Amino acid sequence: MSVSIQSIHKTFGSYTALDDVSLEVPDGSLTALLGPSGSGKTTLLRIVAGLEFADPESGRVLFHGEDVTDIPAGKRGVGFVFQHYALFKHMTVADNIAFGLSVLPGSARPAKSEISARVKELLHLVKLDGLDKRRPHELSGGQRQRVALARALAIRPKVLLLDEPFGALDAQVRKDLRRWLRHFHDEIGLTTLFVTHDQEEALELADQVVVMRNARIEQTGAPQGIYDEPRTSFVYEFLGEVNKLDDGRYVRPHEIELRFAAEEGVHLAGRVSHLFVAGPFARLTVVPETGSRHEIEVWATRDQVEEMALENGDIVGLRFPEPKPSQRPRKTGEKEKPGEPSI
Amino acid sequence: MAYKPVTTESAPVRWLLIGLAFVILTLFLLLPLAAVFIEAFRRGWEVFMKSLGDDAALSAIKLTLLAAGISVPLNTVFGLAAAWLITKFRFKGRSFLLSLIDLPFAVSPVIAGLVFVLLFGLKGWFGPWLRANDIEIIFALPGIILATVFVTFPFVARELIPLMESQGSDQEEAAVTLGAHGWQIFRRVTLPNIKWGLLYGVLLCNARAMGEFGAVSVVSGHIRGKTNTLPLHVEVLYNEYQFSAAFACAALLALLALVTLGLKTAVEHFTGHSSKGRH
Repeated sequence: MSVSIQSIHKTFGSYTALDDVSLEVPDGSLTALLGPSGSGKTTLLRIVAGLEFADPESGRVLFHGEDVTDIPAGKRGVGFVFQHYALFKHMTVADNIAFGLSVLPGSARPAKSEISARVKELLHLVKLDGLDKRRPHELSGGQRQRVALARALAIRPKVLLLDEPFGALDAQVRKDLRRWLRHFHDEIGLTTLFVTHDQEEALELADQVVVMRNARIEQTGAPQGIYDEPRTSFVYEFLGEVNKLDDGRYVRPHEIELRFAAEEGVHLAGRVSHLFVAGPFARLTVVPETGSRHEIEVWATRDQVEEMALENGDIVGLRFPEPKPSQRPRKTGEKEKPGEPSI
Repeated sequence: MAYKPVTTESAPVRWLLIGLAFVILTLFLLLPLAAVFIEAFRRGWEVFMKSLGDDAALSAIKLTLLAAGISVPLNTVFGLAAAWLITKFRFKGRSFLLSLIDLPFAVSPVIAGLVFVLLFGLKGWFGPWLRANDIEIIFALPGIILATVFVTFPFVARELIPLMESQGSDQEEAAVTLGAHGWQIFRRVTLPNIKWGLLYGVLLCNARAMGEFGAVSVVSGHIRGKTNTLPLHVEVLYNEYQFSAAFACAALLALLALVTLGLKTAVEHFTGHSSKGRH
């Protein structure tokens, strides 16, 4: 089920949450809405869900070509997973999952045995077999989130929406669940839209990343594409660490080569003001010898640093990559058509 | 010098403060309570039972039970509706409604009763119309009910609003996306989450409804055997110098207070948190 968002405008009083936002979500894709707080990503997700509605006369939301703009959430067939799970605290896991089926009107409601079977099927799908009689407070964060997912899937939604689904979890659990979600999505192929402020998560998980800022979409594209060719300075900076060189170029820390200061091909020499080795990687901060300029962040491998026997205070040479157009992104805010895919 | 937590006073200061608290508690709470029961039984158990079995006393008890029996369910429904409206929706006039709910607390109960007399009394705004249609509000049961409802209105709402506010609307929104409609959401999601707060609010509402004096006194007319509630009856007996009987009825009211307190403590104990707490 594809989702088409057309020219959505949303204000809360005098505050504009979404400014003429348009987006195409292909059927079966996993799309990430990525951006800082206040960018409008959660509002957009909730409008797709039907928990909020766009300003009157402002735009449309289509599911597979069908206009659902004015249809309330309960009738849209969406599954929604909240950041803090929103499980029904006083019900068992099984009752939580069965809820969507148990509130169906008499004629549409399946028999008790059917509901039971479906609950079992879903518990197996999210790898929580045997936990049907537990209560939410007896589960870990990761387990609760999977129950929330199973609950959303019970009603066979056409679109799955996740609002910062891993935001409330520990780093390790987050990583595990991320991986699990990607496999899960590949298995069931349901059109999925999720909100996150973590660029690593978006780049790792999604087929399509939508970078949002200040109620607008800055750029849309495949993860590798927008990482390699960010169109605006905001996207460049948001997707990862970046150095702004004197000549105006944007260069990523891992694109800079470490050399000995006197070597050929060195573009800039400087003093190492901070050296940090973490596992197999090393991060350096280099203060250029030419004085009044920004420090430069360099990422190298630990092996390189050890080979060069580098320490804090040493002089080192830096070599930058060849100049490319993608190193000079447009300044954010300059006029462009919203939602224009780059790759 | 041994380490001492910064927020603890020295021993003498602590004992002084605790002692002071005890003295105040005893003087203002324990002594009067004990005095009520002592005076009630001063003339013995039989006089005590006779005072309560007296016709006027019995009808006062019945009236009190009736007033509470109607006001408390009414205010429970009002309180639930108001709390639902205020905590799940944002609308113009929301803060005004919130202040309005607190109004009965801010107003002196006597004034509250007076307002009803001004509205529904013989010379009131609706007086002539009521008389023409043979409807009695003031100096009759409806007036007592009205006054009691007004005075005890905030209890359930004020208990539920912070509770529901702190619980947020996430679960209700989840229920919406799963296809549930309003009544299903209220019955299966909201109500189970607020049941202890609701019980606590109802307990307080009931205690106040049974013990209300000022507002009911103004609207009731003190017609012995007809429009006297138990608190009013205590005043009547006391004014007639029937001290033991008065204290006997007062003891009954005091017993109600103790039972309410006991139930409230039991609720808090059973749920493992205070009524204003969360999971």
